[in-house]
Amino acid sequence: MKAQQISGITTPRGDPAWAREYNAILQAYEQAGGPTAALRSGRVAAVVVSANRVLGVVTVPGVTINAEPLPDGVQAQIMVAPGVRLERPVHLCFGMIAETGMQRIVADYEIGAGAQVEFLAHCTFPNARDLRHIMDAVVRVGADAHLRYTEAHYHGPYGGVSVEARAGITVDAGGRYFSTFSLVHGRVGRLLIDYTADVEASGVVDLTSMVYGAGDDDIEVRETVRLNGEKARGLAKTRIAVRDRAHSRVFTTAEGNAPRTRGHMDCAEIVRGNAVAENVPTVIVRSDEAHVTHEAAIGSVNRKELETLMARGLDEDTAVDVIIRGMLGRL
Amino acid sequence: MRSGEVLLDVQGVTLTREGRTILYDINLSVLAGEIHALLGVNGSGKSSLAYAIMGCEDYRPDAGRILFAGRDISDLPMHERARLGLTLAWQEPARFEGLPVGDYLTLGRPTISREELWEALNAVALDPATYLPRAVDRTLSGGERKRIELAAVYAMRPRLAILDEPDSGIDVLSFSDIQQLVQRMARSGCAVLLITHRNDMAAIADRASVMNAGTIIMTGAADEARRVYTARRG
Repeated sequence: MKAQQISGITTPRGDPAWAREYNAILQAYEQAGGPTAALRSGRVAAVVVSANRVLGVVTVPGVTINAEPLPDGVQAQIMVAPGVRLERPVHLCFGMIAETGMQRIVADYEIGAGAQVEFLAHCTFPNARDLRHIMDAVVRVGADAHLRYTEAHYHGPYGGVSVEARAGITVDAGGRYFSTFSLVHGRVGRLLIDYTADVEASGVVDLTSMVYGAGDDDIEVRETVRLNGEKARGLAKTRIAVRDRAHSRVFTTAEGNAPRTRGHMDCAEIVRGNAVAENVPTVIVRSDEAHVTHEAAIGSVNRKELETLMARGLDEDTAVDVIIRGMLGRL
Repeated sequence: MRSGEVLLDVQGVTLTREGRTILYDINLSVLAGEIHALLGVNGSGKSSLAYAIMGCEDYRPDAGRILFAGRDISDLPMHERARLGLTLAWQEPARFEGLPVGDYLTLGRPTISREELWEALNAVALDPATYLPRAVDRTLSGGERKRIELAAVYAMRPRLAILDEPDSGIDVLSFSDIQQLVQRMARSGCAVLLITHRNDMAAIADRASVMNAGTIIMTGAADEARRVYTARRG
């Protein structure tokens, strides 16, 4: 059985039903751009979850993963010990093969002081027709720790997924947290991203969201960065393209609550067809030494970019596609 | 590499934008393989003429026509003009988030070889290993972006390249480097319409035209045109 290629698995082996589900979810994981070879190697820390079943857990020294089933999902606690520096990312594979259902992930990430780690999360729902996925995450990045969290979604072609991704992030003094959420393949369905980050002195938070909506997809991004400690820095960056009748709403808030904090919100949304895009930035400054800025470009593709590519021989549709794919990191 | 064949033929082009006429009855021809300088001070209409030739939106002439290789391209969209072998390097090139330099250089000629990509970047004094994976975005300086634009045009191997002030904003490439690049393009069979306000840049041209206030006031040998331009500038 392929499942036996994974060492340290905590779930039963020799069960054909489990193997089928495991392989199916890995296939979906690969569709979403996930590197299955690394996942199957057994040399990287990983969690594989299908619906409310924990199909596999692999740990490496310095990383503790506890994953327990809930009636409608999974509760996971992932801890990286202080000072641990992982050379390979921790892989998180969440998904459902079914067309309908519910998956709730309650996740608690604890990154110890001085640790350096990267998480690669893939959420895949390739056959979804009427499916709900809820992620409630608490992320604590310890002092001088460094966490890079990359989350890619694949929702299949039907637009039948409703995703609510919520995260409360705290970054201790000198800590650094970089996250990228991307949903740029297949349909979106309904998406709510709701992240709040509190950043202490000299900490850094960088939240990036990239989404490509089509059909009647509905996208709402809410990101709040509170720069609470002196010299804390934060960036909330959104890149969204919508076409057909899709609708996107972006609400970003940056608070400069302490001296010499630097915050920036950077929103670009490209609109095609009958799609609608909204952007509402909020800037709150509570220190006369803080500096918070905002930039937004909403609307059609930049004409000069378009004409530059057309002057190389690309027709308008292809040129727009190149620009959107570049913006969404899909090239 | 001049063949004497007229490649670009602008006939009586007049252009009005926002209620103001900015090009008056322009007549201009560029021969295949020649370097043709278009001299003029800032605001004389040089860039507007370039945009009209390329077919940019809002630069469609009110009168006259534009022929390329004998074909009337006045009503063709930009990309079809480009596919005929006409392209433009903007004075201030656009930036593209997430688009690697390697991909950008390939867009104009998908069949380009790796060696040719390297040659194009080397021609503008950029290290290919460093720059091919970089994005054509805001992380590039204005000079780097400008050089990549020239490399993209060079890589495309067009029949006619319109270079709008290729020497402006270049930080590392020297003036003579730009001239050598233009000559290199011409040697490879590409005609160049070299737009510049610098008299000395036009020294490498085979022929030149002088523009003033939306009108071409003379066309002739480059030396003669440079004298006229100098005299008018005082």
